[in-house]
Amino acid sequence: MDNYNPANLLLLLVILFNFFLLGSSRLNACIRSVAIQGGILSLLPLFLHGFSGHSLILAGGAFLLKGLAIPFLLLRAIRQVHIRREMEPLLGYVPTLLLGTLATGFLMLITRRKAITQALGYLIFENGVFIFGMLLAEAMPLMVEAGVLLDLLVAVFVMGIVMHQINREFSTMNTDQLSSLRE
Amino acid sequence: MIAALLLLPCLGGLAAFCLPSDRFRPLLLPVCGLGHLVLTFLVIQGGQGTPLSLAGNWIAVDPLSRLILLIVSLLFCGCSFYAVGYLRYRIAWGNRIFVSCLLIFLAAMSLAAVARHLGLLWVAVEATTVASAPLIYYNRNRFSIEATWKYLILCSVGIALAMLGILFVAYAALAGGAQVSLQFDDILRGAASYSTPWLRAGFVFLLVGFGTKAGFAPLHTWKPDAYGEAPGVVGALLAGGLTSLAFLALLRTLQIMEAAGDGAVAREAFLAMGLVSLGFAAVFVIRQPDFKRLLAYSSVEHMGILAIGVAIGGVATFGAMLHLMNNALTKGVLFLSAGNIHRRFASKRVGEVQGAITLVPVSASLFLLGFLAITGSPPFAPFISEFTILRGIFNGGHYLTGGLFLFFLAVIFIGMGSTVLSVVFGTPTERKGDPDYRETMVTTGTPLVLLLIILFLGIYLPEPARKLFAEAADLLEVRP
Repeated sequence: MDNYNPANLLLLLVILFNFFLLGSSRLNACIRSVAIQGGILSLLPLFLHGFSGHSLILAGGAFLLKGLAIPFLLLRAIRQVHIRREMEPLLGYVPTLLLGTLATGFLMLITRRKAITQALGYLIFENGVFIFGMLLAEAMPLMVEAGVLLDLLVAVFVMGIVMHQINREFSTMNTDQLSSLRE
Repeated sequence: MIAALLLLPCLGGLAAFCLPSDRFRPLLLPVCGLGHLVLTFLVIQGGQGTPLSLAGNWIAVDPLSRLILLIVSLLFCGCSFYAVGYLRYRIAWGNRIFVSCLLIFLAAMSLAAVARHLGLLWVAVEATTVASAPLIYYNRNRFSIEATWKYLILCSVGIALAMLGILFVAYAALAGGAQVSLQFDDILRGAASYSTPWLRAGFVFLLVGFGTKAGFAPLHTWKPDAYGEAPGVVGALLAGGLTSLAFLALLRTLQIMEAAGDGAVAREAFLAMGLVSLGFAAVFVIRQPDFKRLLAYSSVEHMGILAIGVAIGGVATFGAMLHLMNNALTKGVLFLSAGNIHRRFASKRVGEVQGAITLVPVSASLFLLGFLAITGSPPFAPFISEFTILRGIFNGGHYLTGGLFLFFLAVIFIGMGSTVLSVVFGTPTERKGDPDYRETMVTTGTPLVLLLIILFLGIYLPEPARKLFAEAADLLEVRP
């Protein structure tokens, strides 16, 4: 047991949060758990690669963006449009929980109806990619990781604006309404 | 030189954001567009001898980047003049975000073209998605919101898959005991010892990820919506610039697969994607009631043609490189003239738009000629490139592919033709629309110039241009 690594515990926590996200119907809770998940993930480089400058900056950047800035943007978005509950998933909560071990983010994208939960699904998917990227931190220079995080932030920012406009135009956040363009 | 090329549009975007006047702000576009074109020519000239590089070989110009850079720069320069005319009609809407995003979009496209590091390439391609989303939303109605949302979600997820693919490629290096690096030259050097299963898995993710962005069928679903709802000038930049860039990213993955000695698998996948795209386009082009969506399916078709050309190899690769340029410029002609027709009739439904030739004669003629060009009629340049690809297919003995290729092209010609002809000819509908709309020099001159370039390239291919295409094609033909 001497090679015990806290990183395993962190990954376990991340997966538990995935289950919570799939089973929860409260939007606020969903966003908070994505935030906590992001925060936990940001600790990962420290445990995997030790306290080097690279991993410290990476952890700090990831914590600021994934744990604070992005959840703040999303919470502001739902405050503006006054929605509280997600509910009405396309596929029930229990089946998605069962499938959830495979690809949480993808499932959230496909089976949830509100624009904001689709954005959350994208974020969780991105978190999954982040975990995978951690295994290869030596191949990924800091500049590139910073760029990836920055792109993510701006993407969520733009998504927040579009969500606001969807709500203004359709008086709802359900993406079912977004079906007038088809053949 | 490259640094100036990348910084110019960034600074332009910043200046556009700070400038208070809606009337003068659009003038920044042609200034930056022309500057960018001049710098591009300088980079291409300077790059003939030694390869230019910057920032520790993260940014470098090889023949493929030169070609894509030239395409993007030419198209953007044309569109920037058109945009000045377009934004004049829309002065009440404000254009701070529109102009800044256009310039940032140009910066991101240039960065993607010269990126020599897979991570940097990814960042730049994702930046193009984010920068172009507000452009699609410019019309601010429920349709454009829907198109923007679909575009944003689909392309972001697609690009995230590509990220996974990039990590798989790095993992292939780790598993194969090679040096783990995402710098493109390191990858090409070490690829021979990469672990094959990881590399193939990475290739699939990259193909799906960047393929979404390029709009191969069946990953093209954002395309008709985005092209249909975006302003014509944005449609032209997406169909000519963005898709060419995504295709460049796919060519990079092909290069990696070739270096690893696994090119045959990659080429098969490209061929399948290409044929499926042609098939989808042929089905959806027939009886298409919306002429801007029609152009989107034409874009799917031409991505398919490009993929087939590269997959066949040999002379067809040269044809595909030529076709990249021809497709981009012809799409410029089509989208810009379609934008004018849309503006005059305030509709893009075939039943409501008829007899455009009497109301907007120049735009309608350009639209008609653009249609003839894109479907491969001589003497326009796409005829030469499509014919070259076809020659490559038959030379290689791929008769079934060749037959399907010709069949789909014929179906698309007929399908597009019926829609385009009913838009251009017939008795004009005067029910609604904007009767005060007049064609101006800038809004018709730009597509005219692009059409003349296409015509010129179709009749005579100058030696420097031929060399540019041939060098780009050679890069893909290197086999270990």
